[in-house]
Amino acid sequence: MRLSDMREGQSGRIVGVGGDMRLRRRILEMGLTRGAEFYIEKYAPLRDPMELTIKGMHVSLRVNEAVAVTVEPLERNNG
Amino acid sequence: MDSRQIRIALTGNPNSGKTTIFNHLTGTRQKVGNWPGVTVEKKEGDIEKFGCQLKIVDLPGTYSLTPFSIEEIVARDYILEDRPDVVIDIIDASNLERSLYLANQLRELDCKVIFALNMADLARSRGYKIDGEKLSELLGVPVVFTVGNKKEGLDELLKTAVEYAESGTGIPESRKVRYSKDIEKAISEVREELESRIGPDFPYNRRWTAVKLLEDDTIIKQRLEKLLGTDSAQVLEKAQQLRDKLADLFHEEPEIVMTDERYGFIAGILKEVVTTSSRRRVDISRNIDLVLTNRFLGFPIFIFFIWAMFQITFTVGAYPMAWLDAGISALSSGVDALLPPGVFESFLLEGVIAGVGSVIIFLPNIVLLFFCIALFEDTGYMARAAFLMDRIMHLIGLHGKSFIPMLMGFGCNVPAIMATRALESRKDRILTVLITPFMSCSARLPVYIVLAGTFFAAYAGTVIFLLYLSGVVVAIVTGRLFRVILLKGEDAPFVMELPPYRLPMLKSLLIHMWDRSKMFLKKMGGVILVGSIIIWVLSAYPKAIDYSVDYGARMDQVHAEYAEKIASAPAAEARKLEEERTARIADLRRAKRIEHAEKSYLGRIGRFVSPVFEPIGMDWRGSVAILTGFVAKEVVVSTMGVLYAAEGDAESDALHRALRNSGMTSLAALSMMVFVLLYLPCLATVAVINRETGTRWMILSVVYTTAIAWLAAFFIYQGGRLLMA
Repeated sequence: MRLSDMREGQSGRIVGVGGDMRLRRRILEMGLTRGAEFYIEKYAPLRDPMELTIKGMHVSLRVNEAVAVTVEPLERNNG
Repeated sequence: MDSRQIRIALTGNPNSGKTTIFNHLTGTRQKVGNWPGVTVEKKEGDIEKFGCQLKIVDLPGTYSLTPFSIEEIVARDYILEDRPDVVIDIIDASNLERSLYLANQLRELDCKVIFALNMADLARSRGYKIDGEKLSELLGVPVVFTVGNKKEGLDELLKTAVEYAESGTGIPESRKVRYSKDIEKAISEVREELESRIGPDFPYNRRWTAVKLLEDDTIIKQRLEKLLGTDSAQVLEKAQQLRDKLADLFHEEPEIVMTDERYGFIAGILKEVVTTSSRRRVDISRNIDLVLTNRFLGFPIFIFFIWAMFQITFTVGAYPMAWLDAGISALSSGVDALLPPGVFESFLLEGVIAGVGSVIIFLPNIVLLFFCIALFEDTGYMARAAFLMDRIMHLIGLHGKSFIPMLMGFGCNVPAIMATRALESRKDRILTVLITPFMSCSARLPVYIVLAGTFFAAYAGTVIFLLYLSGVVVAIVTGRLFRVILLKGEDAPFVMELPPYRLPMLKSLLIHMWDRSKMFLKKMGGVILVGSIIIWVLSAYPKAIDYSVDYGARMDQVHAEYAEKIASAPAAEARKLEEERTARIADLRRAKRIEHAEKSYLGRIGRFVSPVFEPIGMDWRGSVAILTGFVAKEVVVSTMGVLYAAEGDAESDALHRALRNSGMTSLAALSMMVFVLLYLPCLATVAVINRETGTRWMILSVVYTTAIAWLAAFFIYQGGRLLMA
């Protein structure tokens, strides 16, 4: 499953990051590393970009960038 | 006293409170400039403490030292090449994991690093407890706790820095970052290959260089080629071989594996030094965001903030502007009264005071605008603005953050272009700078008011609105065009942090605002002064003009004629005659002024270039007005005032009448307005474009805008004539 497929309020865990080198490193440097758990905070009013909380910080990225991130959803109801 | 100089560099993630600490450490003794060759702000401050001269350099805030953005390159190069005595890494204690990524890269660089665990109070309130001693022991780095906005721990930080700088040892070998076995093996192989080819004066840490080569760091590869010449080939080849091998082994590029391992290392450290006492409590910042970036409320609130910014800038700014205006007028009349009429007086009044005055007058606007921008930045709202607007801006191939500078362009292009500094990617910055001049700035409004008011009286409002809209359309088209042709390649990643909202500190807001305003005054003041003097010289010279009519003699003649008539007329008629005389003298003066303008250098240039403007419906007077508009676009109006021989105030009805009688058609007026909207930005804007993007882009901007302006005006004028014929 891709990060871009996740819905508002869902939680998940990062499985891997693809995409071109530049984007990939940037995503990794912002803490979206393998195994990290995140929570989809919200999508912007125009449905792009999206915001997630990971490692205690809020990160925003475009939906077409989130396509590069493979994730697995976690069953959890609270944020 | 020991006057030893110690150089201290401050690094840290964006939003780690680095700037606050820098401001507190250096106070007003800071100098703001640019890093050589790039438009990243460089801030330095000299202070004296513990009997040492401390030079503190504020490096750009970065998340990493991977050389992808200019900021990262600048920061890394300073540490690599300028070798500061100590590097202080400001770490957001409530965000330790991410901060330690940069911190570890600094440790690998083999410089003397101190960790300043900043905002520890905030971390504590969030339920994190950090064992500073343990962290210091595990990483081999001095650790100091600070609370930047309360000035806590800053003295201790400096003291530690000075002591550390004077003591010999750096990070002990046993405390360095270790990678997994295969990678460590590759590192030592590259290192051996490297060491067999370098001398003892090799400037960089060897292990670090080997790591960078394995990461395929282009900048380090180039430096190595420069340092070693042909010898570098074997080293690079070795590194490439090992890269391929590792990629095979891990099914992943080595740099990704190494990033992963660094985070793994950090996770290990965190486990030992951080104790989390409770689950996260209420996150105020998050609650604010529930409203400010809400699906329904987000945009209305954003629009309100922008509206408020414009209100403050232009409505509140109008008061100090009026005072400045009064001050400049008082100065002019003072000079007028003090100096005898002559060349020098005219130079001072029309060249220097009028020219510089026309820029100084915008200072209140600019100061207020920068204050608002600093407020947006320091509170953290700027990132939300980018979050909201990114979808729309992305359509033109721009980053959400480009919206604010473009919007500011409607006020004045100069601060707008300076505001592009908030953009991280150079491409985005250049593109935004190039399209901002199409935002119709407030200086162009007087031109529209005069022309549209004269020729489109009933529809003036609509015409002006359409002009603004056309500017936006041209900007969008230009953006898309340049993105495809000139600035192609993938966009910089948007990925960014939405930092927690913070209460801004007045001191930091004021320092921000003042720095930028000062830059505006210094640079723009100089350029405008020179420009105004040139225009003045061109319009005032040659002094000896070969008039077609001897105006002096004519005037004497009129005087004599009327003196006789008045003397012999009855009192009632004498007043009428006197009025008649004044009118005739004024006519002659005006005729003389027009002829002077026509025969001055400026007029000659106008006549010379007028064939260019003829196809777009402008005579030589229009051409001259447009040329003088280069100094500042509102000057177009005052030049028209002179050339079309209106009396008194340029914006009065007289100019309307004179324009209507001059033979200018409404089509020509429309064409001229479009030209003024689009053609080359004013002198101050050109100067700031040159500063922010370099000469090449400045020239492109000047040529492109003027060409577009001419073409648009041409189609309107010629097309309109065809339609009407």
